[in-house]
Amino acid sequence: MAGAQAGTRGKAIMSALLTIDAVSKRFRGVLAVDQVTFEIGSGSIAAVIGPNGAGKTTLFNMIAGVLAPDRGAIVFAGDRIDGLKPDQVCRRGIGRTFQLVRPFPVLSVEDNVIIGALLHRNDPAAARRRAHEVLAQLDLFDKRTQRASALTLPDRKRLEVARALATDPKLLLLDEVMAGLRPVETDRIVTILRELNRATGLTILLIEHVMRAVMALAERVLVLHHGAAIAEGAPAAVVREPAVVQSYLGAEAVD
Amino acid sequence: MRRLIEGVPPRGLVGLAALCLALIVGPWVANDYLLTVLIVILYFAYTGQAWNVMMGFAGQLSLGHAIYVGLGAYAAAALYVHFGIAPWIGLAAAIALAVACGALIGFLAFRFGVAGVYFAILTIAFAEFARIGFDHFGWVGASSGFFLPVANYAHNDLWTLRGNPTMFYYVMLVLTAAAFVLCRILLKSRIGYYWQAIREDEAAARSLGIDTFRYKMYAVIISAGMTSVAGVFFAFYYNNLFPEQVFHISRSIEMILGPIIGGIGTLFGPLIGAFLLTGLSETMLELLGALGLDVPGAKQVFYGICLLLVVIVLPEGVWPWLARKLGLAEKQS
Repeated sequence: MAGAQAGTRGKAIMSALLTIDAVSKRFRGVLAVDQVTFEIGSGSIAAVIGPNGAGKTTLFNMIAGVLAPDRGAIVFAGDRIDGLKPDQVCRRGIGRTFQLVRPFPVLSVEDNVIIGALLHRNDPAAARRRAHEVLAQLDLFDKRTQRASALTLPDRKRLEVARALATDPKLLLLDEVMAGLRPVETDRIVTILRELNRATGLTILLIEHVMRAVMALAERVLVLHHGAAIAEGAPAAVVREPAVVQSYLGAEAVD
Repeated sequence: MRRLIEGVPPRGLVGLAALCLALIVGPWVANDYLLTVLIVILYFAYTGQAWNVMMGFAGQLSLGHAIYVGLGAYAAAALYVHFGIAPWIGLAAAIALAVACGALIGFLAFRFGVAGVYFAILTIAFAEFARIGFDHFGWVGASSGFFLPVANYAHNDLWTLRGNPTMFYYVMLVLTAAAFVLCRILLKSRIGYYWQAIREDEAAARSLGIDTFRYKMYAVIISAGMTSVAGVFFAFYYNNLFPEQVFHISRSIEMILGPIIGGIGTLFGPLIGAFLLTGLSETMLELLGALGLDVPGAKQVFYGICLLLVVIVLPEGVWPWLARKLGLAEKQS
């Protein structure tokens, strides 16, 4: 069992879809991300965890093109993407959600997703067909004519995922998509994500506080603390490392 | 063609056909005064539609749209007066000039991150530059005005746009209808969806792969080009151009009241707004006149009251409310 796991992990590293290589980012005096190196295998699910202010979102923003790293390289599908603009990063095949959801409020749920689907489809009718597919996958099809602003938070979170998925990404970046959800809703998203990963081979990188979701989904976990990687590996192993317990999980992890 | 009317309820199509018919036969029943009012209404419906592309669709607030009217008006008029070039050819020059100006403003703003209120101020600044510049531009009469040979009402010449108000009415009607159809096509294409995404949340739009700089530039360029066409009409209809009037900020404001009152970002908003504002203010002025009252500034006060009422009672504008009342709100399939 352990051997088989190691085997698949070895394969994943060989065909890394995203490689973060010694990336650093400094904001004035604060070293937000310090020489972080991480690889995400094609078709895998990985997570970045860490306490508030650990540099998770900064790392995320560097991958998504919102920030350019000061040092290091980010390689996606064989090409350097660090320093590209967010729209260029998306066109390369990386979809993202926002920590504080930002759907297009006055547009319908369907139109929100159509806008994503138009990235690779010129014809709005074709984009609408794709949007319907994605909405069905995310359990939002019945709400497609509602205004996005009328949705509840869990629905808006899934709408964000749907909109990003409609751009046909190879890698989906999820920024605390479970935050603020009840366990039932968390499990619902976990199920949807796992199914997407299984059925389409979608690679997923989560930034997440909700350990329940991380444990259920991620094959590999990177733990950040004060901008530096303090642990990396399978989730079950990582949560037992003393450094992680001390800095982040605290007494909770004993359960 | 079918895509164009997709999703419109049948009674909406009937209403639209009735409106078209009424506008086509309008001049047969209208007297001279009413005809000039109708021309002004269509003029504001057209310019409102053009402005709406930028603000209503793409969310970029321009408070200096008079610059595109003025550039279009002066370009076509100067070519006609100085070189005898027909307005329809002058139109190409007018559009080119306005598009170049719009592209310059757009580039400066979007390249250097000038957004929101600051973008609006930039558009005002450019309109003011133009006003002051043309005040000293001797080739087109500077501040003492630029005049076209007065129209010969005896016969209509569509090629040189010399003729009676009925001809101008139909020219403006065709322009307004064309602008309406163009906006409908734009709104139903990728560009329209992308504009709305940018209007709603630019960062989210970028995260979906939208090159927001490019699509904002398209909005400014298309809006500027459309607006300059109204400028050409303005020059040949009124036959005189004064920088103080053409480029004045009140002209820019007048232009945007219609779509705001009618409903920003909607196709019918500019139309309804123009009818309501111009129609009601003219009626009010007539009434005041009939009562022997001459109240200076009554029109401005009226505009102000209309704006207040709409902001308080119907913040989305008249059209979204009217569409719901009439059961015409477009169904989203």
